[in-house]
Amino acid sequence: MSTQAAPGAAPRLFHPHFAGHDQISARTLGFWLYMLSDALIFAAVFAAYAVLNNRMGAAGGPIAPQVTNPLEGLWQTYAVLGSVATYSLGTVALKSGNKAGVMLGIILAIALALVFLGFEAHDLLGLMARGDGVTRSGYLSAFIILIATHGLHMVFGIIWMLVMLVQIPTLGFSANVVARLLNLRMFWQFQATIWVVIYVYVYMIGAF
Amino acid sequence: MQVAVPGPWSPLFGRLTLAAIPYDNPILVATFAGVAVVGLVVVAAVLYYKKLGYLWREWLTTVDHKKIGVMYVILGLVMLLRGFADALMIRTQQAMAIGPNSPGVLGAQHGYLPPFHFDQVYSAHGTAMILFAATPILTGLTNIVVPLQIGARDMAFPYMNALSLWLTVAGAALVMISLFVGDFSAAGWVGLIPLTELPYSPGVGVDYWMWAIQISSIGTTLNAINMIVTIIKMRAPGMGWFRLPVFTWTTLSTNIIGLTAFPVLGVALALLGADRYLGAHFYTAGNGGNLMLYTNLFWIWGHPEVYFLVLPAFGIMSEIIPTFSEKPLFGYTTMVAATFAIAGISWAVWLHHFFTMAAGPDVNGFFSIATMLVGIPTGVKVFNWMFTLYRGRLTFATPMLWCLYGLFLLLAGGITGMMLAIPAINYTVHNSVFVIAHFHCMVLLVVTAIFAAVAYWFPKVFGFALNETLGRGFFWTFSTATTITFLAMFALGFEGETRRLDYIYDPAWRPMLWTEEFGIALYCVSLVYFVLMLYVSLRDRVPAAADPWHSARTLEFLTPSPVPFYNFAVTPEVNARDELAWRRQHGLEHARPEAFEPIHMPSNSGLSFITGMCALAMGFGLIWRIWWLAGAGLLGIVLVVIIRSFDKNLGYEIQPAEVAAMEEDLSLGGIIAEQPKRAPLTEAEAH
Repeated sequence: MSTQAAPGAAPRLFHPHFAGHDQISARTLGFWLYMLSDALIFAAVFAAYAVLNNRMGAAGGPIAPQVTNPLEGLWQTYAVLGSVATYSLGTVALKSGNKAGVMLGIILAIALALVFLGFEAHDLLGLMARGDGVTRSGYLSAFIILIATHGLHMVFGIIWMLVMLVQIPTLGFSANVVARLLNLRMFWQFQATIWVVIYVYVYMIGAF
Repeated sequence: MQVAVPGPWSPLFGRLTLAAIPYDNPILVATFAGVAVVGLVVVAAVLYYKKLGYLWREWLTTVDHKKIGVMYVILGLVMLLRGFADALMIRTQQAMAIGPNSPGVLGAQHGYLPPFHFDQVYSAHGTAMILFAATPILTGLTNIVVPLQIGARDMAFPYMNALSLWLTVAGAALVMISLFVGDFSAAGWVGLIPLTELPYSPGVGVDYWMWAIQISSIGTTLNAINMIVTIIKMRAPGMGWFRLPVFTWTTLSTNIIGLTAFPVLGVALALLGADRYLGAHFYTAGNGGNLMLYTNLFWIWGHPEVYFLVLPAFGIMSEIIPTFSEKPLFGYTTMVAATFAIAGISWAVWLHHFFTMAAGPDVNGFFSIATMLVGIPTGVKVFNWMFTLYRGRLTFATPMLWCLYGLFLLLAGGITGMMLAIPAINYTVHNSVFVIAHFHCMVLLVVTAIFAAVAYWFPKVFGFALNETLGRGFFWTFSTATTITFLAMFALGFEGETRRLDYIYDPAWRPMLWTEEFGIALYCVSLVYFVLMLYVSLRDRVPAAADPWHSARTLEFLTPSPVPFYNFAVTPEVNARDELAWRRQHGLEHARPEAFEPIHMPSNSGLSFITGMCALAMGFGLIWRIWWLAGAGLLGIVLVVIIRSFDKNLGYEIQPAEVAAMEEDLSLGGIIAEQPKRAPLTEAEAH
């Protein structure tokens, strides 16, 4: 941790052809930081859920045991974890430069993510159909917005995957494409992690 | 799902009707005429001098961190002027509307502003000053200075940097549009809940406030990511952690705060949006809503935001005071530790903004003690600056004057802050103008640091210094105005005046209110000095040396003035903590690289500007509930992101001969110069 060059040594003043860090490492760090900010978004929404998850917040309407279905949520958990697994297996094919393998992994991941979103849509539309939408109570607002915030992230992940399905055949495994595939994997695993937290915190604890 | 709003609605124009244009309000019509005339003059000048192409190629599409920083600062100064106009209106209203016999003009019963208009003015004052003046100016300064201080060519993500700027511009534009189309929020800059809910604020004012902040805060979050990665990944060889200039350290800590705090603000406002647009019940006064949920979420962002502003200001002072004391900064390591201590504590004090929530003595006690803890690292900083001054060879150039006045403001604001940290005192002065005077001392400390920084780094960016005589005039009028206005305000706080009054019911406050009015008049004089200073400096353009102060210590002053767009012709090797001071001490400050090498630079792109405009359209559509426009704006943003991801541009290279020419004639590479069109690299050249 010396703060000054050693005396007597001929100082080097310039560093020609300094390459610096490679772009992928900077982008990966940047993406980790983005996910930190995203984690803060979820933390704040979870805090709102915790504050409104009581009889006062329910305002006479349904509370967690009446709106959450842990069994249905378990299928959703399988779907989202399966989606992460297929995507990750796809990136194994990335090592050998196998375009078809990567794309197959992504297509399966999209399919499973759609299954997940289908369950979720069914869940939320069912609530609204019986008049338990966000307008019903503070608790239902928090529940629905929490689920929807996560669902919206999943939708953007699917759009990102669709773009990658076009870019892999057209651009090949260029540095940019590889960086995007790796960041997308982090994003996808992060959303699955958030879902697991939602499942434990909202569905499992809520069922009792 | 659509919530019923009062008034007409049509699919094409949403809630927007001709009645939204306030043509019957003489103040707004006059303002609009002024803005329109100035705007037309600017547009006419651009067209007359045929600068439209230059403006587009060199500024609107730029990815250069210095140009982006300059645009941030210009945006911030415009909004500072807007916020000052609001302050002038508030003070004048309070000076006029004293007692039941005070006359009223322009439709007001007392003074000249009806309550609804007055409420918008103070809401806009706070929003504009904190989020659209101080924040962009500091972001701009860090943008300009940090890459230079760490020996980098640009930020880690130059394109995202431009995107952050244009999102901030979109937010600021919404605040300005609210002046002439519809109205602004009348619920305070903090968004007093449940006043911001649809039943109590059925107009578009709260929506303007909410979306303007939401859009610009996304820009701030992206910029925070960019800045952290830049400082971690882009440092020149030899620039170890404990050789980083303190301004870079404070920028790092401030952006960690920004990255973690702004998302919470986004959620606080998004949930309010769910209430207002979807009919949810997060913060409503009934149906299970919780008012304090909003207040807590808002201040969980709001208090870190205070340190988000003040830490770069501390960094600026830590750069300027050693330069004009001709001494290394005293206690570098403790300075860094104090910076991070303040940043850390900033997360544990938010509740002191509402001790009167009545959370109980244990909770209030915790937050009271946490708040007082802030005084320790801040005290360390103050003593470090004073020991730097002690036995230094002092020069009182304008940047130094600003910093020394900043120390007095920090003392006044800090000590009153310690008083407010005691819940018993806080209950007494809660919502009084004593609190207002306290936090104005703190934010004006930020403003003085900003003016110090502008004077200090201006010659570096533009190649000529600001006029020193007029700069001193600006300093003395501004600092005297600040002292007069806010000393009077402290007194009024003790006399019991509460904040946000459009009518003064106690005539005993008249002397102090008129003192404040005198202070604000003096601010107007300082504004004249500021404009004159800019005009005379631009007219004379006295060329500045690479180190215009002859005693600067950090790496940015190694580059020529004005800095060429590629910053360093050859990346410097860092040998000491104060690299330039070290080189000067060893007679090496004029050493130049032996040979030049090709420099790889990113190409400009108009897509970030287009994204900002899409965000503006989306925001406007959401505010007026013009769903097709909001949808088109969002779709535009998504499409631009996708289009950008297919971009194969690999940037371009400047050849050594051209670098040599630009190092010889500095006007060729400076910030004002127009660059020739350079062909982007082909795939083959890049390998």
